[in-house]
Amino acid sequence: MLRTFKIGGIHPAANKLSANKEIENLPLPDSITILVAQHIGAPSKVIVSKGDKIKVGQLVATSAGFVSANIHSSVSGTVSKIEMVTDSSGYKKEAIIINVEGDEWDESIDRSPKIVANFDFDAKYISNKIVSCGIVGLGGATFPTHVKLMPPSGMKAKVLIINGAECEPYLTADHRLMLEKGEEILIGTKLLMIALGVEKAVIGIENNKPDAISNITKLSEKYNDITVCALKVKYPQGGEKQLIKAVTGNEVPSGSLPISVGAVVNNVGTTFAVYEAVIKNKPLFERVITVTGKSVKNPSNFLVRLGTPVGNLIEAAGGMPNDVAKVVMGGPMMGKSLTSVDIPVSKGTSGILVVNEKEGHRNEIENCIRCGRCIEACPMGLEPYLLMPLAENKRWDDMESLHIMDCIECGSCTYTCPANRPILDYLRLGKSTVGTIIRNRK
Amino acid sequence: MSKILTISPSPHIHQESSVSKIMQSVIIALIPALIWSFFVFGLPAVLTTLVSVIACVGFEWLIKKYLLKVNPSVSDGSAVLTGILLAMNLPASLPLWIVIIGALIAIGVAKMSFGGLGNNPFNPALVGRVFLLISFPVQMTTWPINNNAVDATTGATPLALIKAGLKSGTPVSDIMKELPTYSDLFIGNIGGSLGEISVVLLLIGFIFMLFKKIISWHIPVSVIGSIFIFTGILWLINPDQNINPVYHILTGGVMLGAIFMATDMVTSPMSKLGQLIFGVGIGVITVCIRIWGAYPEGISFAILIMNAFTPLINKFVKPKLFGGKQ
Repeated sequence: MLRTFKIGGIHPAANKLSANKEIENLPLPDSITILVAQHIGAPSKVIVSKGDKIKVGQLVATSAGFVSANIHSSVSGTVSKIEMVTDSSGYKKEAIIINVEGDEWDESIDRSPKIVANFDFDAKYISNKIVSCGIVGLGGATFPTHVKLMPPSGMKAKVLIINGAECEPYLTADHRLMLEKGEEILIGTKLLMIALGVEKAVIGIENNKPDAISNITKLSEKYNDITVCALKVKYPQGGEKQLIKAVTGNEVPSGSLPISVGAVVNNVGTTFAVYEAVIKNKPLFERVITVTGKSVKNPSNFLVRLGTPVGNLIEAAGGMPNDVAKVVMGGPMMGKSLTSVDIPVSKGTSGILVVNEKEGHRNEIENCIRCGRCIEACPMGLEPYLLMPLAENKRWDDMESLHIMDCIECGSCTYTCPANRPILDYLRLGKSTVGTIIRNRK
Repeated sequence: MSKILTISPSPHIHQESSVSKIMQSVIIALIPALIWSFFVFGLPAVLTTLVSVIACVGFEWLIKKYLLKVNPSVSDGSAVLTGILLAMNLPASLPLWIVIIGALIAIGVAKMSFGGLGNNPFNPALVGRVFLLISFPVQMTTWPINNNAVDATTGATPLALIKAGLKSGTPVSDIMKELPTYSDLFIGNIGGSLGEISVVLLLIGFIFMLFKKIISWHIPVSVIGSIFIFTGILWLINPDQNINPVYHILTGGVMLGAIFMATDMVTSPMSKLGQLIFGVGIGVITVCIRIWGAYPEGISFAILIMNAFTPLINKFVKPKLFGGKQ
C-alpha cells in the first residue's frame, strides 16, 4: 500500500513536460548578479569590492549570523559593481555584479567525476563543511541546512527524511537528480545521518516517478539503514509536515517544529549539494533548474550557475513564447511571479515556469457557495471559506483562534475554489498580520 | 522584451471548476426525472416547468437590475436550477399564476433579500413550495392523473391515502391493498409532485452527481437511512398502525428531497460529520411529521428546519486540525 498524508490534498495535472530531458549545462552568461540574500535569515555581508578578481567558488559574502549562509561566486571574472537590484520578491536587494571572464575554478574544488563513497568524517567536520559551503534548503524555502542539524536542547533527531516528493506540477529538477545523481544523493544522505547522529533515513518519492523509485531503491540496497518510501501522488506531499506524516505516520503538533517528533527533512537537491560540499569541497554556486511551461518550445533541465538572469534560461529552452502571461520562479502552486526576466536565479530556484495566457486566465470572482471544497482540500484541516471573510473584515483575533498560523500557503484552497475566490491572498494577509500581533505580544 | 508580465500571488494554476459548471451538472442530473414527469403528466408539467424557470430567472434579473442595481447577470445558472427544483416540487395541475407567486417568493424573498447566491440561509425552491402549500392548500394538494399508471382512477398520493386511511381506523393491511405496488413506486407510476415520483430516475441523477463529485453520499444516505431506521422501529413495534419502512422511503418527496434539496451546498453544513448530523435531523423530523403531524408529508419542512441549524452545526463541527489534539 502506498503511503500518503491523511487530511486534504489536491490532484492537479502533473504536466512533468521535462521529465525525460537529461540535465544540460547552461552556457555562462556575460555578467552575473549574485544576490546576498539567497536564504531565509540575515542577508550575508559582502567581502569583495569593485574591481576585485574573482574565481569560481570564491567566497564573496559571509554569513551574518546563526540563521544565515555564506555566498560564493558562480563565475570567474571582475566585480563590476555592488548595487541594489530587484529580486523575485519585487523589492530591491543588495547584489554583487561580476563580469564573466573565462571559467577559472578555485583550486581546492575537486572537479573529477569520480564518486567517492568511502570517507571517515565526523559530525563536526560535516556540519562545518555545510556551513562553509553555504548549503541551504534547495526545495524552495532556503532554510540554512546547518541550523536543521543542530536541534534545540533537549530534542533529539531520530529519523532523517529525504524529500524526493517533488509534488509541484511541472518541476522535474529533483526527479532528474535522482536518476542521474542517485549514488551521490545516497552518499549525501549518509553524510547528513552522521551529522545528525541518526540511525535511520527514509527517502520519500511520489509514485509518478517510478524510474526514480527503482533507481534509488536499487542503489540503496548497499545501505541497510536507508530505505525508500513510495508515496501516493498528492499535493502538497512535499510540505514538511505532510511528508513526515506520510513517511512516519506522526503528526507534528500544531505550532511545533518537525524535530518535536524526531524528524529532520532535507530535499534531494540539498542532499546532493551536501555531497558536493563535503566530498568535493564544492560550495553551493550552481543547481539544477527546470525550465518549463505549456508554450515553452523545449522544456528542459539545466545545471545553472546562480546569478544567471531568468531570461537566459528561457532563451536556452527555445525562447519566450508569444502567449506568455506570467514568468514564475518556482512551481505553479507556490512559485512567485516575476516582474522581469532580468531577475537572477538563486539558491531557492527549483524551476522557471512560463504560464501562458490560457492557463494564467482567471474568471470573475463570484460569491462563495459554501461547497466546502476548500475545507476538503486544506492539508492542515483549516476552514479557508471562513478565514477569508474574517481577513476581509480584519477580525484578526478570530483568525488566530481558527489556527491561521498553521496555514502552509500551499494554495490548495484557491486552486479548488469554483467561485474563483482568491482565498490564499487573504489567508496570507491574515497570517502575516496575526504573526506580527503575536510577536509584539512577547 | 516588450511584453508586460502579469504579477499575481500563487497559485498560478486553477482547477477550472466553476459555479456555473456545478449548476449545469445538477441540472443534467435532474433531467431524467423531469422528462419522466413530462411523459406522465403531459403538457401541464411542461408548462409548469417553463413558467417556473422563466419566472425565477426573470425575477432574479429584475431584482438585480432595478432593486440592487448590480450587474444583472444570471449566467451562473442558479436561478434556472431553482426554477426547475421549484417546478419539480409542485403538482403539475397547479394554476400557472400560483407558480409565478412561488417563483417570486423563492427568488425574491428566500434568495435575493439575503444577498443572492451563497448568502441564503434557506433553500429557495423549498421556501417557495412551503409558502404555496400554506397559502394555497387546496391547489397544492390536488394531484393530476398519472397517464402511465395502470389504475389511474385517483391522483391522490400514497402518503395522503395512508394518512386518511389510518385516521379513519382502517387496518394497514387493507390500506396497502389500495396503494400502488413497489415497482410502481420505483418506476414512478404514481401521483404526486412533478419531480418526486420516479425513484429510479432520481437515483440515476444521484449517481451522476456522485460521479461528477458535485455532492458526497453523506446527506442523501443519512436522510434516507434515518427515515428507514426510524420508521422501521415504529413498524416493528406496531405493524398494524404503521406502514413498512421500505414503503416510507419510496414514497413522497424522500428521494427528491434527500438527493436534490437537502444537498444544496449553500444551505447544508460544510463538514462531512456535520452533513451526517444534518441528514439524520431531516430524517427524524420528516418521520415525526409523517406519523404524528397534520401533513401527510414533511420532508420540505424538515429540510427548512435543519437549514436553520446549519450555521450552528458549522460552528460546532469543525474539521480535524493537522497536529491538533486527538
